Amino acid sequence: MRLPLAAFLVIGGYLAVGLTLDPHKLPSMLQGEPVPPFDLPPIKGRGDKGFASTDLVGQVSLVNVFASWCVACRVEHPFLMKIKENGWVPVHGIDWREKTPDTGPAWLKRFGDPYTLIGDDPRSKAAIAFGVTGAPETFVVDHVGVIRYKHVGPISAEVWEKTLQPLIEHLRKAPAS
Amino acid sequence: MIRLLAILTLFAFLPTDATAVDPDDLLADPKLEARARDVGRHLRCLVCQNQSIDDSDAQLARDLRVLVRERIVAGDSNQKVIDYVVSRYGDFVLLQPPFKAKTYVLWFGPAAFLVLGGLVAFMFYRRRGDGATQAAAPLTDAERRKLAEIMKSDDA
Repeated sequence: MRLPLAAFLVIGGYLAVGLTLDPHKLPSMLQGEPVPPFDLPPIKGRGDKGFASTDLVGQVSLVNVFASWCVACRVEHPFLMKIKENGWVPVHGIDWREKTPDTGPAWLKRFGDPYTLIGDDPRSKAAIAFGVTGAPETFVVDHVGVIRYKHVGPISAEVWEKTLQPLIEHLRKAPAS
Repeated sequence: MIRLLAILTLFAFLPTDATAVDPDDLLADPKLEARARDVGRHLRCLVCQNQSIDDSDAQLARDLRVLVRERIVAGDSNQKVIDYVVSRYGDFVLLQPPFKAKTYVLWFGPAAFLVLGGLVAFMFYRRRGDGATQAAAPLTDAERRKLAEIMKSDDA
């Protein structure tokens, strides 16, 4: 009988595709939306003014959610340092949910500080506003402060070359929209 | 008797309202707290995904519980709080999916499969029934004669 076989293939097809999807990768609600308003205090020992949404206007930049407890952040950290050393794009950090005010600064001191601005977010104020579900997450923000892309997980050379770098180039060329 | 007592004592320790809500975070006003619970029950914890934020021990769930309470105290309606969280995390954050064009498959799927299954079963049984109960075609004259001959030769 042909009908059960067809039904099996259709349902099986849907389920097979479903198995390849990662339920932790949610589409960003904020893609194409302005950065949510936030104003975070600085982390200890950096001597700057912290990080606010108003800092994001004027040039294309990355907003990277990181934490000292986050293992995957260790993985992407060398690449963020490389971005900084080459001056490819300013990377701002949201230091998310540190257990104490000292753990974040200690982590940056030990491994290096790739960030232009850093805000301390111990109570997920900015993280929730950005719809963050885990660290690391990175947002590409254009020069008028609109979120253009969200990358979930560590930034690798491949992610940079295939996705982020072309998008940043494109946004830099595009006139204000 | 002692066993019965022991069992009854165990019942006294049944959890009545088990949530992960931190006692420090509870709102003093029981009415507002009840509303916060109602909102929390409907929001998915984005870390554990199959628990509500009220049930989850994840840090992010706790921060969301605090956010829900802050917004309720600030005067937001329950729906407004939920709408805010949905605007950040999408419909996925709702434990009960909304009823809209994108989710029709989800809502109508089970009923559609029931109807489809019923249809297949109906067709299957009707076809089988046809074969089983169909009366045999009456014998032709030639067949009847042949049958009579066979029966006769059998007798012999």
